[in-house]
Amino acid sequence: MDLTLKIWRQKNKDDKGALKSYDIKGVSPDSSFLEMMDLLNNNLIEKGENPVAFDHDCREGICGSCSMYINGEAHGPDRLVTTCQLHMRKFKDGETIHIEPWRAKAFPVIKDLVVDRSAFDRVMSAGGFVSVNTSGNTQDANATPIAKAAADKAFDAATCIGCGACVATCKNASAMLFVSAKVSQLALLPQGQVEAQRRAIHMVEQMDHEGFGNCSNTGACEVECPKGISLENIARMNREFLSATITSES
Amino acid sequence: MSTSNGMTSIARKFFMALSGFFLIIFLLQHCTINMMSVFSSEMFNSVSHFMGTNPLVQFALQPVLAFGVFFHLGMGIYLEMQNNNARSIKYAMNKPSENASWMSRNMIITGIMVMLFLGLHFYDFWLPELNIKFIQGDMTGLNDAGNFRYYEELQHKFHDPIRTGLYVLAFVFLSLHLLHGFQSAFQSVGFRSNRWSPVIQKLGNSYAIAVPLGFIVIAVYHYINA
Repeated sequence: MDLTLKIWRQKNKDDKGALKSYDIKGVSPDSSFLEMMDLLNNNLIEKGENPVAFDHDCREGICGSCSMYINGEAHGPDRLVTTCQLHMRKFKDGETIHIEPWRAKAFPVIKDLVVDRSAFDRVMSAGGFVSVNTSGNTQDANATPIAKAAADKAFDAATCIGCGACVATCKNASAMLFVSAKVSQLALLPQGQVEAQRRAIHMVEQMDHEGFGNCSNTGACEVECPKGISLENIARMNREFLSATITSES
Repeated sequence: MSTSNGMTSIARKFFMALSGFFLIIFLLQHCTINMMSVFSSEMFNSVSHFMGTNPLVQFALQPVLAFGVFFHLGMGIYLEMQNNNARSIKYAMNKPSENASWMSRNMIITGIMVMLFLGLHFYDFWLPELNIKFIQGDMTGLNDAGNFRYYEELQHKFHDPIRTGLYVLAFVFLSLHLLHGFQSAFQSVGFRSNRWSPVIQKLGNSYAIAVPLGFIVIAVYHYINA
């Protein structure tokens, strides 16, 4: 496959940045999108140019590192896959592919396609955890009976890899799907009940503080999420937060 | 629901949904009363007079309605400004239609169009009513011939084809707004279930088509019969 790539190039967070055009030849349709990016970078290095910076780690859809806005969609045109799982056979020979970083005020661009997603870490630090006594008397989690339906929903929510595609694709750059998945995965389990109220309030407050937008319930996040996180989680977080603000004493 | 930084995003959406529910109920009763004018001028006159002179409606419900309308508009604009601020640099290439409906992405446009129409609607009906009842002090609801004036005033307004066209256009925007707004309000208050959400979706779509269509039928009926 011969392709034309229009890639966002930005030297650092203070640089204005611009789309730059690259021609690439001989791309295998069976290669992954990141392997195509590797090929491009090899070509650029051979020419003495700076390679394109992009996040990647596991390359099997688990770590949530890869984050590219490809041809107007988070993680590209395929569904339920991350950028690293996207294959070049999804594109046509001779096609022009636009590749941009996630765009959100809360996700500032560090370089080229790499954005700072530490806002998610701060949201998690605000309450996305269960406090457990680890002094040696920790109870086996399996000793607590949990209904199958609740366990399944908690597990589904816990599959969120925190890639940020929900923020990237939302017209308001809202992080509601991510935060709601993290609230839900704990709120659905008995171990998460103790801190449920405080968790919902603090994580939502931190989400707002980071500058994410408001949820308009368009559902775009659910469609583009590589893990298929459901909007049901957002409704659950709304319930958790609203009831917590009424009943919480803290 | 408030923090040191003000109301949280979820609380804002919650109150947006509550005002939306209130306006949905109001629209249904407004459409029902106006639809009476198609079937019986006497019934329409009678109900209009009751609504226009009843103290509970005039001094309790009407101020709540006015607050609900302006709150919904003001909060909608505020949320839109916040949302625009959350992404200062736009994508060079974006395909929003791949993952979300036009209605859900353009609530601010359809909402503002409905609010602009409300300006015309207030000018046509609400302000003249305030003038007659509270400035001139005429609470009888009668015209010079001694008959109720409401039906005749309604027909007079829809004599103008441009005005009728503007009303029809506004109701199309109202329908587009409701097609997303109805079910979105339920999500904002935290109501979503595998069993009931599909029912709410169908009910919302039916409401979003039936109520604006009802208003269109009323406007066109009086234009034809004026």
